[in-house]
Amino acid sequence: MTKPSSTPPRRAQRIRNVGIADLRNYRLPIPGVVSILHRVSGLLMFLALPVVLCLFERSVRSAQDYESLVRCAQGWVFRLVLLALGWALLHHACAGVRFLLLDVHVGTERAAARFSSQLVLAVSLVLTALLALALFGVL
Amino acid sequence: MSIATRRVLVGAHYGLRDWLIQRITALILFAFALGLALAVLITGPWQYARWKALFVPVPMKLLTLLAVLALCYHAWIGVRDIWMDYVGNAALRLCLHVATVLWLLYCFAWTAQILWGIA
Repeated sequence: MTKPSSTPPRRAQRIRNVGIADLRNYRLPIPGVVSILHRVSGLLMFLALPVVLCLFERSVRSAQDYESLVRCAQGWVFRLVLLALGWALLHHACAGVRFLLLDVHVGTERAAARFSSQLVLAVSLVLTALLALALFGVL
Repeated sequence: MSIATRRVLVGAHYGLRDWLIQRITALILFAFALGLALAVLITGPWQYARWKALFVPVPMKLLTLLAVLALCYHAWIGVRDIWMDYVGNAALRLCLHVATVLWLLYCFAWTAQILWGIA
């Protein structure tokens, strides 16, 4: 057994965590926004899992259940919930594709990473807007 | 004292394995979601009979169940990371981990029950 070196080298600067109080003053870069939204959307879908399973169960159980679900979907609260879940899925998928590409070293340069994070936000929001148009009967 | 000398005692491989599974399940879910969206778009306007008919063949039931299994594993790793990052209290974190696993297993079994109820 080799003995570990006596003391670890002292860091020039202590690691500084961002505290709750600093959050207001901390400007998160756009790739950071995409990252935290990926986490938020994932958690949202995890929490909504029983709702989605319930809806799926009712949608395939019988024609009557299906029709009652369609009637339910006329209400705007129900549509807003669907829209929120739709955004979560779309953002999570778009950001996920970006993370997979970064994993295989595509677009890791600062400018490219910044651009792709803006692209993720834009594409997922445009797709969500299309979903909103479809949900609220405009499209 | 030869037990511990050859064994890997740190969690690096365990971390790598979960990292890899997170990516693989992501690809499975992406493919399944795209496939399902395409199938719904191709089968035309939304109707009960057409929607239900998608899930009648046993291969589709099995594919869907596999996708939900991937979903559960994916969600487990992601939610576990969230608890590890934000919940400092070890006892509370352990409870949340156990609750998450039980809940995902419950949802998996529930999905199987729904799928095999479709005839």
